[in-house]
Amino acid sequence: MSDSFYNEVLTDHNMHPIHKHPIDNPNLVLEGVNPSCGDDIVLQLRVEDDKIVEGSFVGEGCAISQASADIMLELIIGKSKDEALSLSDAFMRMIRNEASEEDIELLDEAGALKDISHMPARVKCAVLGWHTLEELFGRKSE
Amino acid sequence: MTEIDEKVKKLREEFRIFRETDYVYLDNSATSQRPDRVIRAVSDFYAEKNANPFRGVYELSEKCTEEYESARSRAAAFIGAEHSSEIVFTRNATEALNLIAYSYGCFELSEGDEIVVSVCEHHSNFLPWVMVSERTGAKLVKLLPDETGCITPKALRNVITGKTRLVCVTQVSNVFGKVNDIKTLAQIAHEAGALIVCDGAQSVPHMPVDVRDLDVDFLAFSGHKMLAPMGIGVLYAKRDILSSMKPFMLGGEMIESVHWDRVKFAVIPHVFEAGTVNAGGAAGLKAAMEFMDEIGFDFIMEQEKRLTRLAMDGIKNINGIHVIGDQSPEGHEGIVTFTVDGVHPHDVAQIFDSEKICVRAGHHCAQPLMDHLGIGSCTRASFAFYNTEEEVNRFLECLSGIRRKMGYNE
Repeated sequence: MSDSFYNEVLTDHNMHPIHKHPIDNPNLVLEGVNPSCGDDIVLQLRVEDDKIVEGSFVGEGCAISQASADIMLELIIGKSKDEALSLSDAFMRMIRNEASEEDIELLDEAGALKDISHMPARVKCAVLGWHTLEELFGRKSE
Repeated sequence: MTEIDEKVKKLREEFRIFRETDYVYLDNSATSQRPDRVIRAVSDFYAEKNANPFRGVYELSEKCTEEYESARSRAAAFIGAEHSSEIVFTRNATEALNLIAYSYGCFELSEGDEIVVSVCEHHSNFLPWVMVSERTGAKLVKLLPDETGCITPKALRNVITGKTRLVCVTQVSNVFGKVNDIKTLAQIAHEAGALIVCDGAQSVPHMPVDVRDLDVDFLAFSGHKMLAPMGIGVLYAKRDILSSMKPFMLGGEMIESVHWDRVKFAVIPHVFEAGTVNAGGAAGLKAAMEFMDEIGFDFIMEQEKRLTRLAMDGIKNINGIHVIGDQSPEGHEGIVTFTVDGVHPHDVAQIFDSEKICVRAGHHCAQPLMDHLGIGSCTRASFAFYNTEEEVNRFLECLSGIRRKMGYNE
């Protein structure tokens, strides 16, 4: 992998996250932890009528975990639970290097993380936010 | 090219990994690389001397036993032990430390006793003592380093009491890289009536260690950090202490006779080496120690000091990098651990990896020390005699660009 892995999308979301702050009255809150790296985030969502009206995260970790969580929130706010989960499916396919063109299109900025598929040691960082989201919506994580 | 550079270049030719790849390997504290002669010693052992040691009465088994026991004698000589029976082969330093905990700690300690453990310890010299404490009721007492990462005699005097039975301390911390004055610490422990357990995993590969001069009761180290194969390590224990200890694991090769209603255990060191031993690993360790003796610690230490100095002088000129522990290169035995402002260690290591530079990121199996330092994790470069100035310069060049790559303008 080249050092271009840390592209502008990734470093920008890491250094200037849009959704890294607590929100008022979240109704779904869950902590996600990567014991091996020490990445630790708390995902907060406010879901009304099956729609994610607000969402954020707080915590700390490597650039990949932090940027990935921020990009995820950018994608899922305003979406329904099912839409958010299908985005998560698309993201997981991308990480396994099985994503279709439609997946990549759907994932928008999250596509900046597609090289993770060649970096097994960092997969956990990239999927931390998404796994936490899935768990929050009652899916069992693998 | 200086004389040292020439010698390093020649030594590097003995390592296939350096001949055939361009990795900059700066994770020597985790494990070293292995020269051809060590790999050959292992394969020659299996090709020429392979049988089950101690068991056969035939010539081949005797050859095997002889090779294994000559490795033991070599290890004894390498650390200045008086008797080779004081050398127990284990899988690694971790197993050696567990052996002390299970075979000595669990039997000898009880409620009211105290175990002094430094907060700088690798989990391997910490968790076994937590276990002993939980099983026996002995109290764990924390020993703190000074700001340079040193466990000072004064700090030990402050916590040691008449109840102290064991003092567990590393000779060189795998995070600070600072050498502790084990000889004085051992003296203080002995004056209080305690024994000293010394973790030599980071010291034995990099400096002459003489157990009789240091007067340590126990010393543990791993072969794989000193050019030998993974899976072979050493426990040194003073003969009278080792003789008094209970067996660690039970089974083959550690007995003299076994009957349904009675058993007689073998003598030291065999009583602590249950099951078929790692004779191939021991052959590799012997070759590694011969190689290191040939190179000599004068050279090993000089080269590692030189690389450490170069790295630390270079780091001083890079913004946002903070070395943990002693700020002088003299206080680092080939280990330089640091943080990069605003950049997580895993991202630091990832960027190094993109330039084929291998460094370690994380908590370095020393989480209580991370807690003490108030950091979650950090990045470590650790040098061996086979590293070059050119490699350190590549490391520094990459390091100087990391914050910029992560979006910081400076």
